[in-house]
Amino acid sequence: MYIIIVGGGKVGRGAARDLIDMGHEVCVVERDANTAWSINNELGEVALLGDGAEIHVQRAAGMNRADVVVACTGRDQANLAVGQTAQTRFNVDKVISRINDPRNERIFRALGFTFTISATTAIVSAIEQEVSAGLTRLTQLRSTAFILAELAIPHLAPAVGCTVRELSLPSHTVLALVIREDDQPEVPGPNTIINAADVIVAVTQPQHEAELRMILTGES
Amino acid sequence: MRVVIMGCGRLGSTLARELDSEGHHVTVIDIDAAAFNWLEDDFRGTTIVGAGEDIAVQQAAGVQRADIFLALANGDNRNAMAVQVAKHIHRAPRVVARIYDPERADVYRQLGINVVNPTTILDQMVREAAFGDDSAPQDNNVEPSSRTAR
Repeated sequence: MYIIIVGGGKVGRGAARDLIDMGHEVCVVERDANTAWSINNELGEVALLGDGAEIHVQRAAGMNRADVVVACTGRDQANLAVGQTAQTRFNVDKVISRINDPRNERIFRALGFTFTISATTAIVSAIEQEVSAGLTRLTQLRSTAFILAELAIPHLAPAVGCTVRELSLPSHTVLALVIREDDQPEVPGPNTIINAADVIVAVTQPQHEAELRMILTGES
Repeated sequence: MRVVIMGCGRLGSTLARELDSEGHHVTVIDIDAAAFNWLEDDFRGTTIVGAGEDIAVQQAAGVQRADIFLALANGDNRNAMAVQVAKHIHRAPRVVARIYDPERADVYRQLGINVVNPTTILDQMVREAAFGDDSAPQDNNVEPSSRTAR
């Protein structure tokens, strides 16, 4: 695929490095000459010097034939502009936008950008996971109110020895997978018994997360 | 009418003063508090320091109750984002953005935004001043972008 990355900072450069390794054709548009030079020095001639929100620069980067455009500058207004010109002017199918201020997620959503990445939100949720033991939020399922969560069953947990039927799970919650101590994955049914040291993957909603953790692990 | 103006430079402050003296309810947003020095002492409107494209700053400026939102800051990207926040988040009934780049002006027009593009306007005015009122654009002197934007 041909992927144009606008913004060659830590995020853009890291993405470029990985995507090149995966065999993709990559162009990094970077407006700072020193940064562009340093990218070329490390990754080969992939950097284009210029303001990636300018349409003539986008044209020079070959945006009309890009499969994916990644807007990952440090300024949300630039990322939004890049995304909108990429779609409106160059009919790019897939635009991925970095959102620096999580509060701006609303406007990106309102304008139809569904592929967004917010580093701040990711870091905050990683901190929350470390603070709240027992349940790890794996991912938010796109365009639904559901999350995928992972729970490890402690030895003295109230759920140990219970069947799934007996657990009285919160509403809107499904246990999707049980991984046994011997690394065997099982799709649980109503009569599946929860053992100590099982790892459970559950689908639930954020508001039921705490209740689910309490029922399965006994930890609040 | 309730008018919120983002950007208190020469243009923003001139409009703010005019609209205020005409009796409109004017709020001006600028990222730099010193910009409000452009306003005269008799300006009766409200001033807010902050980034005008910020959802919360617009809320503080009352964009959700405004009749008109004008984005007259210097950056095209900033103005474009600000009018879209005003329109899609705060439901401002009428928004106008100054976009310097003629090509980007076209993109935002296509997206349904009222855009004023000073570059093409000045291009025409400079031509008229230099060559006389009936000077038609000459192809070899006009960039393709400004031609399509006209």
